[in-house]
Amino acid sequence: MCGIAGFISHKYSKENGSRIKRAMVLQNERGNGLGAGYGAYGIFPVYKDFYAFQVMADSNWAIDEVTLYLKEHFWVAHKEEISIWDKVIQDHPQFMRYFLQPKLSSEDLNPDDFVIEKVMHINTAIDGAFVLSSGKNMGVFKGVGTPRDIYEFFRLDEYQGYCWIGHNRFPTNTPGWWGGAHPFNLLNWSIVHNGEISSYGINRRYLESNHYLCTLQTDTEVAAYLLDLLVRRHGLSIYDAITVLAPPYWSTIERETNLEARNRIIALKVTYESAMLNGPFAILAGFDKGIFSITDNTKLRPMVVGNAEGYTYFASEVSALYEMEENLAEVTTPRAGQPVIVYYHGEG
Amino acid sequence: MTVSVSKPGARATFRPLFDLNLCDGCGQCAIECTFNEIKMVPQGDKKIPVANLLACGACHRCEVMCPRNAIRIEENPLATRTHGIWTPHHIQRVHLQAASGSVALTGFGAETDLPVLWDKMLFNACQVTNPSIDPQREPMETITYLGRKPDKLSATKDFSQLVNNLIPLQIPIVFAPMSYGSINLNLQKAIARVAKKLGLLWYTGEGGLHKDLYPYADCAILQVASGRFGVSPEYLKLGRGYQIKIGQGAKPGIGGHLPGEKVLEGISETRMIPIYADAISPAPQHDIYSIEDLRLLIYAIKEANDYKPVCVKIAAVHNVAAIASGIVRAGADMVYIDGYRGGTGAAPNIIRDHVGIPIEIALAVVDQRLREERIRNQASLIVAGGFRNSADVMKAIALGADAVAIGTPVLIACGCHGCQRCSSGKCPWGLTTNEPSISERLDVDWAEERITNLITGWHHEMQEIMGLNGIYDIGSFRGNRLILRGIDLNEKELSILGIKYAGE
Repeated sequence: MCGIAGFISHKYSKENGSRIKRAMVLQNERGNGLGAGYGAYGIFPVYKDFYAFQVMADSNWAIDEVTLYLKEHFWVAHKEEISIWDKVIQDHPQFMRYFLQPKLSSEDLNPDDFVIEKVMHINTAIDGAFVLSSGKNMGVFKGVGTPRDIYEFFRLDEYQGYCWIGHNRFPTNTPGWWGGAHPFNLLNWSIVHNGEISSYGINRRYLESNHYLCTLQTDTEVAAYLLDLLVRRHGLSIYDAITVLAPPYWSTIERETNLEARNRIIALKVTYESAMLNGPFAILAGFDKGIFSITDNTKLRPMVVGNAEGYTYFASEVSALYEMEENLAEVTTPRAGQPVIVYYHGEG
Repeated sequence: MTVSVSKPGARATFRPLFDLNLCDGCGQCAIECTFNEIKMVPQGDKKIPVANLLACGACHRCEVMCPRNAIRIEENPLATRTHGIWTPHHIQRVHLQAASGSVALTGFGAETDLPVLWDKMLFNACQVTNPSIDPQREPMETITYLGRKPDKLSATKDFSQLVNNLIPLQIPIVFAPMSYGSINLNLQKAIARVAKKLGLLWYTGEGGLHKDLYPYADCAILQVASGRFGVSPEYLKLGRGYQIKIGQGAKPGIGGHLPGEKVLEGISETRMIPIYADAISPAPQHDIYSIEDLRLLIYAIKEANDYKPVCVKIAAVHNVAAIASGIVRAGADMVYIDGYRGGTGAAPNIIRDHVGIPIEIALAVVDQRLREERIRNQASLIVAGGFRNSADVMKAIALGADAVAIGTPVLIACGCHGCQRCSSGKCPWGLTTNEPSISERLDVDWAEERITNLITGWHHEMQEIMGLNGIYDIGSFRGNRLILRGIDLNEKELSILGIKYAGE
């Protein structure tokens, strides 16, 4: 059991994290204090064209190693300690933030692939160091604690974003540790997830053959990597990528009378069989163009959606929607397997 | 003076025991026994059955057919002095060959007691943190598409052409190639009917396609093997797909031989050879001496029929991963791997039991290799060789197989008790014989029902195994090796299988 909340301003109106905090604190009982986290988009306007690396490290040595490594491969526009309030949590790793521009050589054609390779290197090769997030104009803040602890620890009152997601964890299959809290991030993809991905074994093998390394000891990271592979590298639309991750039942596909639509779903399902997610899950994902939610075909994990003027809200519980916005125009419960996708209107 | 002693070895390993209190002397057992083990002899005012003790192989036909349940088969052990090396088994084999001077032939799959790794792998199950799914309440889907899939889809691809070139299976089980000749038309027809009815596939083996089975060609993979039996322009258009046979698990590296006396009218016509002519399938295909030759044949077949899927069947041998990789790169849409324990209608005993590697290992290394080379999507993986039940099937799917082929379980479903005398032409169950008086014993409708029941039962069990793992679509089970844990396996075996030890 875990708790999820998130909201998006369709027109890029910014605010601090207080509303997402309220939604998460309300759902406190969905976690057990062993993990909580937040993702925020639009928070680094000054450096919005730079990759913002938020790095966690358990020693000065690891921080130095990461800094050396990043300086070797990137132009470091700015480097700072992530400000924390350590009265809340005394036992914690160190956090650094870097704004980076890749030093591309002629054979590195794609800067995003370059960044992923460097993230994977830090996560696997530098002992004790993990990249919490690596997107542009966004950041992930997470750790071991309750939603209130983590919010206050990272001083999220001080950030202004137009899309926020939050997560509250009740870890079961893997240990509660700072890197294992949600959201999981790669580039601009951030995922919060309630449930368990029973297909993890094959998802991971599929990703590894595509050069994504799963290092965070938890199943949710595969969702972030799969989205990156499908949308950015294979060029699928968000809708097609969602069809791959959570396809309809075969029995539903057989009822589809439009042959072209039917073959499209079949092609997606069989080509990307190893990328399909199975098991009980509700996922909320932020990305550069918006936010979306999906659930498994049996809907074994909850997800509710609320709409108000200019905003869409997502949460595990209806009460959390109202905690974010008292005057909701409507509250809907997506059917099992039905995705909800919200794009920003215009340019930010 | 020369004394001819032909007796050693001429001795049955089993014998029928008759309960004369139950027996009414009807003589059915003597009729059923095609090996003339039983004769009826007069005793008083009735006849009683007597065993010759020369030929009983434990086919159990007489026992099953006895209307009074008066027969029991038991072992007829050769009580030799206990010896660690010279067991009765080996002594009898030497006796037999000393009498015959020929290669000892057998049927069925390898009978050695090498470890079966399926038995050392256990499934996971959901408890608390993730719910299992009840297949009685929720959809539990096993649909599988065989064939070549692209590595990625762009938004503008022609999806219909892609889908039409694939072969859908309702259950990832196919019927292994058993040729018309090695089995009779009745059995092949029953298999074909079940494949069509349940949405599966059947393979013809190298015996051509009998005209009576043309209505079932759309769910058949027709074989092109080294003898090219039955291959005609029409044949190359009829099938749902084609299979090039390179090797067979029970006899890797050697050919096949259907003796002339078995080449009766129907077989002669279907194989396109004269009546009573030996049907010899040479060891290598005489136009394939390297991988590029294979590529030529794959594309020659594709050119003949608008690029239907082509499957290449090989035996599991030491270097199987590299071979499979080459086959995929040569253009095959399916790779069919037949393991060490794969069955046969006739193979030299010594080859069946001593050549090749088990399918568990072959499957694990091939699937991993194809994934590492990022060509796994380009071909489906069909595995065969000693699958006994639905758990074996699901373990193979979890290791990475797209589908599992079964042959022996089909025979057993139709009465076979594993007497291993398939090549004798006397199969008392009317399965591996074309002798009209015996093959008529197999009723097509009955066989169809038995095979349907078997597959249906396995399918239910497969759905249970998926559901208890919280997985509703077999696609998420496939290649998901975290579902399996090893027990009583060493580090090397675990690493080859790509699974963790129990408790990890």
